[in-house]
Amino acid sequence: MLVAEATAEVHASSGWFLEHAWVIPIVPAVAFALIIFFGKKMPMKGSEFGVASMLASLVLAVGAAWQWIQRVDGVSHAAHSVAEEGAKHGAPFVGPIIREWTWWQSGGFEFGIGQHIDGLALTLLVVVAFISSLVQIYSLEYLRGDRRYTHFFAALTLFSAGMLCMVLAPNMVQLILGWEIMGLCSFMLIGHWWEEEANSRAALKAFFTVRVGDMGLLIGTGILFFSANSWTQEHLGVSGFNISGLSAWAMSGAASQSALTWGAVALFVACIGKSGQFPLHTWLPDAMAGPTPVSSLLHSSTMVVAGVFLVGRLYPVFWEGLKIGDTNINFIVLIGGITIVIAALLAFVQHDIKKVLAYSTVSQLGYMMLGLGAGAWLPAIFHIFTHAFFKACLFLAAGSVSHSGSHHSFDMKKDMGGLAKKMPITATTWIISTLALAGVFPLAGFFSKDEIIDNVGHNGYHAFMIVGLSGAFLTAAYMTRATYLTFFGEARGAAAGEHHDEHDAHAAHDDHDDHDDHDDDGAHDAHGSHGPHESPKLITVPLMILAALALVAGLANATPFGSNWERFKKYVEPSSEYVVAESAMASGPGESIVLPAAEEGAKKEGCAVVAPEEGKVCYFPTVSHAKFKWSKAALSLVIVAFGLISSWLFCVQYYTRRDRRLVGLTERNVVLRGGYKVLWNKYYLDALYEKVIVRAVAYPISRAAYWFNQNVLDGIVNAAGKISRRVAGWVYRNIDQRVVDGAVNGSGAAARGTGGALRPVQSGKVNQYGALLFAAAAIGALILVIINT
Amino acid sequence: MLTAQFLLLGAVLFCIGVYGVLARKNAVMVLMSIELILNSVNLNFLAFSVRHDSVDGNTFALYIIAIAAAEVGVGLAMVLLIYRNRRTIALDDLSEMKG
Repeated sequence: MLVAEATAEVHASSGWFLEHAWVIPIVPAVAFALIIFFGKKMPMKGSEFGVASMLASLVLAVGAAWQWIQRVDGVSHAAHSVAEEGAKHGAPFVGPIIREWTWWQSGGFEFGIGQHIDGLALTLLVVVAFISSLVQIYSLEYLRGDRRYTHFFAALTLFSAGMLCMVLAPNMVQLILGWEIMGLCSFMLIGHWWEEEANSRAALKAFFTVRVGDMGLLIGTGILFFSANSWTQEHLGVSGFNISGLSAWAMSGAASQSALTWGAVALFVACIGKSGQFPLHTWLPDAMAGPTPVSSLLHSSTMVVAGVFLVGRLYPVFWEGLKIGDTNINFIVLIGGITIVIAALLAFVQHDIKKVLAYSTVSQLGYMMLGLGAGAWLPAIFHIFTHAFFKACLFLAAGSVSHSGSHHSFDMKKDMGGLAKKMPITATTWIISTLALAGVFPLAGFFSKDEIIDNVGHNGYHAFMIVGLSGAFLTAAYMTRATYLTFFGEARGAAAGEHHDEHDAHAAHDDHDDHDDHDDDGAHDAHGSHGPHESPKLITVPLMILAALALVAGLANATPFGSNWERFKKYVEPSSEYVVAESAMASGPGESIVLPAAEEGAKKEGCAVVAPEEGKVCYFPTVSHAKFKWSKAALSLVIVAFGLISSWLFCVQYYTRRDRRLVGLTERNVVLRGGYKVLWNKYYLDALYEKVIVRAVAYPISRAAYWFNQNVLDGIVNAAGKISRRVAGWVYRNIDQRVVDGAVNGSGAAARGTGGALRPVQSGKVNQYGALLFAAAAIGALILVIINT
Repeated sequence: MLTAQFLLLGAVLFCIGVYGVLARKNAVMVLMSIELILNSVNLNFLAFSVRHDSVDGNTFALYIIAIAAAEVGVGLAMVLLIYRNRRTIALDDLSEMKG
């Protein structure tokens, strides 16, 4: 009990930034409105609002993260000093800072809005705000002179606001709100250059594909709400939308297993759509039609991570619903594993540098899902963190190459090659990030990806550990291919300084033509005619910052160096202690909920295994962590090295020396040709969706709709028309012709008759008028006399 | 009774006036007949005023005299204009108002 008292003290001083974390998404939301209304009048066309708001959010997020670290330190310090055997209990429970206000009410249900701040939320808040800031700064240069510059920044800012709003969400309703804002903004940003049909098609594809998954989100939320609501109301006093309520309900043992399973499956379908998992990953590569900063922000570190975040956020639901702790294969792991391999294979046949990165992203998201599905929660979340830096860097470097090196082309085979000498900074940052992505020690990717693979095996998912290792090999190989094609070998096309005919080279990216012109007038001369050169500072500085982080971010949770380096584990991973159930609802401003800290005498088995006693709840399953061994790491390092070297040698042989044994192999060998064709056609998934599913669904529907239209609707309309025509005819003949016209004609005739009768009176003779006057007066007088007598 | 005689005189004047309005062709004579009618009404007002010993009738009579003067002014001006245009003031010739 001393522990609880000591920690309660710490909780009370949770700090301004933590209490007011809900401001973080509001800042960019306000900036969005400012850009929309006043952006065009501002000296920098509204971009200053966007950049300033993202920087402000970043400051707030970092402040909150700092105070969170203080809080966790305080709690664990107190726990250790009071209870010497603290190590036995694992991490003490540090309550999230939840504040919720009623947003609206409907039919007795209250929908809240507010914040749910814990390590997971703060990790993403910092990452999103940071990447958004850098991307906006980068966009200042990259989109200079674009025809919809102001709107671009508006959408970008709103997009970040949506993501921040989702990350903060204390309940499913707010989470869906942020989720949908992102869906809308991604549509606007991918279709930024909508004049070209391919771009608007890509935007629509992204939107609709994600929407397919979103149905799962709504259904899953509904399932969970209706099964959890009464339990959460009774035990925690919150609605069934509340995230901590749902977590506690899932872990309580009182939850219905089928509700949990179907809820988890439905929610994971939403994650498949949003996070580009197989089989709904097809939208993500097409989404590269958007401007490169958009790809960098949306499709590497922010939007696609939303699905991973959802799984991480409602982890107890997935844990219990899919029996993550007890099986060696489940839905999430299966999808994640398939995604890793198929996406990595697709990356080999791409010509477009951004599409390589897109498939790489899909594959890395597969790693995150694999980790979450196999119980490796912390490594998966850590992989979000590290992946954000190096993938954003890779995308921005690709943008830099196209901006200054290849005359706005993204085609590696036609317009790139040998750029390393011309663009040293871009090349260096690219290579650092590539190595980080491949997982080379001691760069960022090593610590996260290797941990995922290690823990997947440790938790009994041995088959998927092999999938993960082969994915690591493939990643190293396709990234080497992309690096070689872009930066080494002979210069081709625009990279060699060739000036294409305007509409030849630009065929694929014609949309750049407009914002192309500024460069020709600008201080640095036209790149088209003068060949490749290094990009300006606004582009290289964000690249360098991101590359530096790709170098060192892994140290934030460097498992190999001992537990003192595992900061992520300490600050981000939720505790799986049993906690006394109390109201999880903070009532209003100024109050944060204080959940009591670690209870003494927790069972050894932990939350996931034994249901909590009456009056206590769990918020997180007990996950086990694999012990780091250099022998296991060495295996994956060797695999990665093998991937890098073999791919490099192959590229040299194939692309530069034009080895006769290799060139044209896909034409000669039937098996390879078949494989190449399948990959080139993206496993025919697009064809399946568009030709088979859309046709099968849409064509019968449209035919049925046509039939319905022709026979039923038209019948109704025609019948109604005929009836009304008959009624109208009757009305015309009887009422209009006889009654109305009769009245009109009658009054006319009456007036005419009266006029004719009175005509002689108007003789024009004054004397007669006088006589009439006097006669009338006499008659009037006579009447008066008669009445009065 | 004195009042009755006043009323009798008024009635006689009224009848003469009506006759003049209906029978005379000359516009000036018609106007003069109208004056007779108005003055017969004046006589009636004064007679009743004396009989009921109130000044209301006198007041009405004064108003009527003022209005009659104005009316004659307007009427004579019209007659003058008619004469200028047509060289006649015979009312029989002025039948443009025939409907």
